[in-house]
Amino acid sequence: MDFATTKKPFILKKYTTTQNVLTASNISIGYNKKSTKPLILAEGVNFTLVPGQLTAIIGPNGSGKSTLLNTLSGQLAPIDGTILIDNQPLAEVSHFIQSKYLALVLTKKEFSQHLSVFEFVRLGRIPYTNWLGSLGPDDHHAVARAIESTQLTELLNQKCGTLSDGQMQRVAIARALAQDTPIILLDEPTTHLDLVHKAQTLRLLKNMAQHHNKAIAFSTHDIELALDLADQMICVTERTITMGSPDELINNGVMDKIFQSDLVRFDRKSKRFSITD
Amino acid sequence: MSRKEIKGLFFWPILLLALSVVLNLSLGSVYIPTEYIFTAFFSDTYINETWHYILMDYRLPKTITAILVGGGLSVSGLLMQTLFRNPLAGPFVLGISSGASLGVAFLVLGSGVLGGLGATLLSGPWAMVIASATGSFLVLLAVISAASKIKDAMALLIIGLMFGSLTGAIVSVLSYFSRAEALQQFVFWSFGGLGHLTWTGVIILLVSVIIGLVVTIASLKSMNALLLGPQYAQSLGISLRKSTFLMVLATSILAGSITAFAGPIAFIGLAVPHLVRQIIGSSDHKIMVPSSFLWGSIIMLLCDTVAQIPFSSMTLPINAITSILGAPVVIWILLRRKNLLF
Repeated sequence: MDFATTKKPFILKKYTTTQNVLTASNISIGYNKKSTKPLILAEGVNFTLVPGQLTAIIGPNGSGKSTLLNTLSGQLAPIDGTILIDNQPLAEVSHFIQSKYLALVLTKKEFSQHLSVFEFVRLGRIPYTNWLGSLGPDDHHAVARAIESTQLTELLNQKCGTLSDGQMQRVAIARALAQDTPIILLDEPTTHLDLVHKAQTLRLLKNMAQHHNKAIAFSTHDIELALDLADQMICVTERTITMGSPDELINNGVMDKIFQSDLVRFDRKSKRFSITD
Repeated sequence: MSRKEIKGLFFWPILLLALSVVLNLSLGSVYIPTEYIFTAFFSDTYINETWHYILMDYRLPKTITAILVGGGLSVSGLLMQTLFRNPLAGPFVLGISSGASLGVAFLVLGSGVLGGLGATLLSGPWAMVIASATGSFLVLLAVISAASKIKDAMALLIIGLMFGSLTGAIVSVLSYFSRAEALQQFVFWSFGGLGHLTWTGVIILLVSVIIGLVVTIASLKSMNALLLGPQYAQSLGISLRKSTFLMVLATSILAGSITAFAGPIAFIGLAVPHLVRQIIGSSDHKIMVPSSFLWGSIIMLLCDTVAQIPFSSMTLPINAITSILGAPVVIWILLRRKNLLF
């Protein structure tokens, strides 16, 4: 039990599209090692997450996308620099307060397979419930809204263990929506999905960002789809991180050099990658 | 889940529990008519001095013990399965019961080494509870610290088994150096049994189980959050440190005090939560915890009734009965569901 999670008045500010909810200033990401010097994946990183915008985090395997996401969600401390969440340093914000700002969507299937879809989504309300975790009228309302916007009504009584990957992704997104936070971070939400379900998931994220005015960031390997839909992109390559709109990244040549390999080529006009002959 | 559905989930087990209590009180080596049981409780007339003695000082404490032991072990099994996110977790598999026996072994066998003063200080039922709960708490902490380093669930189970054999080895060393009477006392304890508790013992067990259940109730919210996995739970504002500590504490109090009085009892903690998951469709611990307690006590009462072999003077070891009934249940669930899921 967490005594801090008992009900107390907590009013979240209404965000306008111009405010930054999350600001990373001059951060270095990587892992602190006990014996050797820290393993730094990227340094001097600056970017902001803005309500209403969908941000894609892209980059080759092992470049540090997950590390960046883990750093943003407070699970990994940045080696240098500060992350501000609503103008407070993330490191000083307790897990409890953080849970009202930041919701996660994870790919790892560590949850109980016996949970029903409805139960899974309801658990998103935990930060707002009393010591027993009982839901009040506001909580039921938020859960109903999350289920409606992810179109899960027909799946409610199914066990999570029986769902397809695409359905499970929608359930995880619904849970994050129910948590009712200004920021949502997703760890590779499009992996293991076919093209239609990838598009469906990204379209859902885009709608959520626009209609619910949320700052949404997701890591992905589907760069082409991200170029089509994302408002801004954070490109993580060896030791550097570049941020910009899809067009900016294409025009200043970041996309051409993202994979340092002769095997794939980026075509600026069609915004597609192809295998070189 | 609606209020009506929840009422339905608890109506049958409570009725079944009441029936099991009556059955458990009526059957035994001496025949006592069922009507007499009701008259003994609801009127002052003594029909039969012997019956009254058997009922009040032997069968009733044993029935209450069975309820506490079955219910408490099931709840501690559920706590372990949720904490370790592992369907095979239970007080036995993770070495908690071995930890409890180590505590008791130090108390019973070690008091001889300490001499007369130690023996008087360390005797009495409370000392047994404290020794056993401390033993299980320490082993559980060791398993937890290993678990924080090793993410693989299979490795964790192996570590639990290793702790089990390690404590077993220490117990053998202790018994090699101890007096014959102390050794005999320890061996009898390790057979397990529900029938040797005095009323004082029952009260102490009752208080310990209630404390364990109160800590469990305090952990209900974090247990539900942990159903999503530790990373989600933390992102929902749950302190993993605090909730792990509370769940380990609850398990040690429950499994430790029960093992102190009734000896190591196998399979109830592992099998009952699975059985309950098959019966009720909800993962919510606000329903799972009371349901596991109810079904655990019903099963324990029935096992005890079978172990008494009604109308004969023989009594089978309770541990054998729970294993004979428990192992097939786990196999049956595995065969039916093809997999045992957390």
